[in-house]
Amino acid sequence: MSATATTEAPVFDKKTWMGGVEPMKVSYGKLMMWFFLISDTFTFSALLVTYGLIRFSFQAYDPAIHGEFHFSNLYWPIPERVYEAVPFLHGIQLPLVFVGIMTFILIFSSVTMVLAVEAGHRMDKAAVEKYMLWTILGGLTFLGSQAWEWTHFIHGTDEGSVIREIVNGQWVERTIFGANLTENQYGPPAFADLFFFITGFHGTHVLSGVVLNILIFYRTSFGLYQRRGHYEMVEKVGLYWHFVDLVWVFVFTFFYLV
Amino acid sequence: MAHVEEHDHHEELPFWRKYIFSEDHKVIAKQYMFSGIFWAIIGASLSILFRLQLGFPDMKLEWLRPILGGWIDESGRLDPEFYLALVTMHGTIMVFFVLTAGLSGTFSNFLIPLQVGARDMASGFLNMLSYWFFFVSSLLMFFSLFIETGPASGGWVIYPPLSALPQAMSGSGLGMTLWLLSMAIFIVSQLLGGINYITTVINLRTRGMSFSKLPLTIWAFLLTAILGLISFPVLLSAALLLIFDRSMGTSFYLSEIYIGGEALPNVGGSPILFQHLFWFLGHPEVYIVLLPALGITSEIIATNSRKPIFGYRAMIASMIGIAFLAFIVWAHHMFVTGMNPFLGSIFMFLTLIIAVPSAVKAFNYITTLWRGNIVFTPAMLFSIGLVSFFISGGLTGIILGNSALDIQLHDTYFVVAHFHLVMGAASAFGFLAGVYHWFPKFFGRMMNKTLGYIHFWFTFVGIYLVFFPMHYIGIAGFPRRYYSFTTYEAFRTFGDLNMFVSLAAIMTFSAQFLFLWNFFYSIFKGKKAPLNPWKSNTLEWTTPLHPGHGNWPGEIPPVYRWAYDYSKPGANDDFIPQNVPYSQTPESNLPHENALIALEKEIEAQNYNDQFKQPH
Repeated sequence: MSATATTEAPVFDKKTWMGGVEPMKVSYGKLMMWFFLISDTFTFSALLVTYGLIRFSFQAYDPAIHGEFHFSNLYWPIPERVYEAVPFLHGIQLPLVFVGIMTFILIFSSVTMVLAVEAGHRMDKAAVEKYMLWTILGGLTFLGSQAWEWTHFIHGTDEGSVIREIVNGQWVERTIFGANLTENQYGPPAFADLFFFITGFHGTHVLSGVVLNILIFYRTSFGLYQRRGHYEMVEKVGLYWHFVDLVWVFVFTFFYLV
Repeated sequence: MAHVEEHDHHEELPFWRKYIFSEDHKVIAKQYMFSGIFWAIIGASLSILFRLQLGFPDMKLEWLRPILGGWIDESGRLDPEFYLALVTMHGTIMVFFVLTAGLSGTFSNFLIPLQVGARDMASGFLNMLSYWFFFVSSLLMFFSLFIETGPASGGWVIYPPLSALPQAMSGSGLGMTLWLLSMAIFIVSQLLGGINYITTVINLRTRGMSFSKLPLTIWAFLLTAILGLISFPVLLSAALLLIFDRSMGTSFYLSEIYIGGEALPNVGGSPILFQHLFWFLGHPEVYIVLLPALGITSEIIATNSRKPIFGYRAMIASMIGIAFLAFIVWAHHMFVTGMNPFLGSIFMFLTLIIAVPSAVKAFNYITTLWRGNIVFTPAMLFSIGLVSFFISGGLTGIILGNSALDIQLHDTYFVVAHFHLVMGAASAFGFLAGVYHWFPKFFGRMMNKTLGYIHFWFTFVGIYLVFFPMHYIGIAGFPRRYYSFTTYEAFRTFGDLNMFVSLAAIMTFSAQFLFLWNFFYSIFKGKKAPLNPWKSNTLEWTTPLHPGHGNWPGEIPPVYRWAYDYSKPGANDDFIPQNVPYSQTPESNLPHENALIALEKEIEAQNYNDQFKQPH
């Protein structure tokens, strides 16, 4: 039931697990959100374990063996050399700058989410609306940036990469540009497969988070939570939003830093 | 508090809200029960079909052509590829649709609110959604049985590359796609159900119902839900990756494969990776299936032995132990995948530790029975049968858990015999025991006892006759999932034994129609049930004969004692229900229980989580 109903109740010191009360003073909805997040943690963990297993079944780049770094499907690429493009700065190598900005925006949207939750506790409708809008904007900017990054990743660099493969028993050389689910200019195709799948799966989570945020904003601005007497829904969706941010930290670490 | 007012005035709900899209946990439990029984009939029938081929090789099955059509080939025999589909669908249906959704769905939904003392599940809406996601997933799986290329045929474990390449076999085409879709939706249903069960147990226990007073059924359902919550999402990830490999050209599970002399372009993936992900679900899944059955058994054995359950806390501890170990033993399904033998020995060690909590449970059941005033109801017989299967199947588990012995035994009929006894038949017996025991609460009528006894003996004996001989066939090395025994010289000698197994299977299967008749007849024509037919202590028997929405007409009863005060020395009756305060039973109270009388006022004063906001 509602959080307010339980907080007004007289406190049964040390006997809160005796039944008849919500033992952790947490409403059922918030509890369910926590359990869902635990579940979703395992969904992402499985994907990141998959990443780890496939990534370490490939050779790492070693200057002593492979010479100067270039994109090759013989070894796993160095992420700084793959992700070095920034919009409007064509041809300039800026390793990890763009994804750094994206990450900053997403984490900053978590900050505004916290502020919205806090405003909800104060029953300050206008502030909730304001901070929800900022959070939605942050989420949309992140998604837009991801769309640009994907586009760039798919189209590839100006030069492309030359790959050697066997066609009908003959070795042939071919220049490929960018990456898709079967070919990859930057390294082994598995690298692109995992990139698309995991960042895509995370992006889907962000997208649903944005949809939920919009719903919350809409219901806030129509005064539903004001009438209900509490802004717990903002808190529940906030939990989800923070979770999605936290997952990004791991995805970012796995794909861009390691 | 807008939504609280909605609860206060009750209107008669229209038919489709009351019986179809119902949010009432009792109706949802019945929906799960009927769906589970429906699937059990299909799953068991499929096993009879492949048992016909195994027991009577190349048998003429023309008489089945009206049902199976093209799956009976021109010479009148069962099509070999369809044999694989039968085995696959039998496993899938039994594991997921009958013993996961059917068992947990029925009894967690029905018993959690009734036994913890709640008006309904924490979220009736999500509970309803959970059933209907399951329903959609069932529809897809059912539909896949009828498509031209046949249902999924790569085994219920759907290992790639067989499952990842539509060109590999006809069952890897549309059938496999539908299987994956159906399972993805099934996992959503499990998630919605699971978070509801856990939250209800934590938040909505009635006053006085501390975790140390919860019936063991509830402990079992809670741990089952936690297992499902953590393991099913991993299968979801595995299935999504497999969908990409099948349809989008990725190579997560595929590498260096030749089909018909042609090299596939896929490189870089690993089929072993799928096995790791699958068994991270697959092993806990075994306990998702078994734990509810063990919980039901604890309740029924204590009630019908008229004795407190032996080692209540040890039971809880061993269930927690089993649930924890369930997550760190998955690779014992993969001993022969080329895994590092040292890693194998670690997984072997962890696996064998499971024998400890399992043995604690088995001994506790036996000691509960020991010198009890046993009432042999059909439910009790099925529970004792479960303990029997649990022990005889568990012993072979110790053998199979050895990574060295597994080289000989893996993927043979020894494995088939092991898991059918320890989790298949045991959990099915848990389901049947539960139905017999709680039928009076489900439908307000009694089932026929005599038919129940006949059903029990045919099923119990039948199951041993089916699975015991399989140990011998397995030790001899015959692999599971093979279409024909007669093709191999070494295994021809087992022809007679196989015929025997098939006949026993047909007998066991036929005996289930006794149950079905008893079940459906009793719903309408059974003897009207008394309020507490088994003289049981738990809260569900304090509700009216046909509990309405909200379960208790007035206040929810408070709880003062554990659920196992049977045959308490000095007591007037041989059972004291959980809602009887110690102040009313001075004749049987132990010293520390007399001290608890002081707490009763405090317990009665707590009533802040009644979902209907009843005054107290």
